[in-house]
Amino acid sequence: MEIFATAAIGGILIGAAAAGLLLVNGSIAGISGVFGNALTGKPGLWRWAFLAGLIAAPLVAPFAKIEVPVPHHQAGLITLAIAGLLVGIGTRLSGGCTSGHGVCGLSNLSLRSLTATGTFMVVAALTVYAVRHLGLPVGY
Amino acid sequence: MSTKTSARTLLPILTSAFFGLVFGFGLIVSHMVDPQRVADFLDITGTWNPALAFVMGGAILVAAPAFAYARRHHRSLLGGGINLPDRFRINAPLVAGAAIFGLGWGLSGICPGPGLVLLMSFTPQALVFVSALAAGILLVDIARGAIYFPPKEKIATGHPAD
Repeated sequence: MEIFATAAIGGILIGAAAAGLLLVNGSIAGISGVFGNALTGKPGLWRWAFLAGLIAAPLVAPFAKIEVPVPHHQAGLITLAIAGLLVGIGTRLSGGCTSGHGVCGLSNLSLRSLTATGTFMVVAALTVYAVRHLGLPVGY
Repeated sequence: MSTKTSARTLLPILTSAFFGLVFGFGLIVSHMVDPQRVADFLDITGTWNPALAFVMGGAILVAAPAFAYARRHHRSLLGGGINLPDRFRINAPLVAGAAIFGLGWGLSGICPGPGLVLLMSFTPQALVFVSALAAGILLVDIARGAIYFPPKEKIATGHPAD
């Protein structure tokens, strides 16, 4: 049960951050968009501030009595390089990731985001199936 | 700079950093930053762990009323406009891009937010993933012509004989 509670509490924090950035700053908390537009030099210092807060979260978490989980990577470095490239290309083409389409877009009742979320969820599940049950090698 | 102007420039920066921090806390508390946990959620026929559905559900529960408000009111609390998305078409780049993203997410168990949070684990995995993520984004923008490289002009060297 605890795992569901922490998942829901984490989700509520993410939703609160997205709601806050929208209503206070007037911006969408889609991480791939914020990161991409900061990288490509779109004016707006707020993007770098948002990213700094996000990246600093695991350092500040212990002060808020939040335990930071140890990441378990299934993929090796070559796979991670390919995966990172795919995530970058894909989110830039479709204009959003799990947060931009999945959280903000669905919250905004966007059919576009529903299409994107359905697509990346199904493809990600199929990919995990191929890795875990068909032996697609990702250890490299 | 008067106190009023400095508050006007500083306040959006401070609130934005705060919301980034809270967003990161959410990813940490929900264990979205553990690729194995994410893969367990995506592994429907195997070790399926439905908990992560509660992450998106909880987030939407809180964010949806904010978006409903934003669709009616167009001013943010800090006085600027609220920038809601202006793209509505369901087209090939949307679907193909989402599929490419899904493939990368399934292979790694990492999406952009958790990737950035993982940077502070200082592991080669996080560094490689985020560098490749940045490269992927830049590649698309370069291919689209969204990033303009000005032609290199010959800079006068001060040696007229050159």
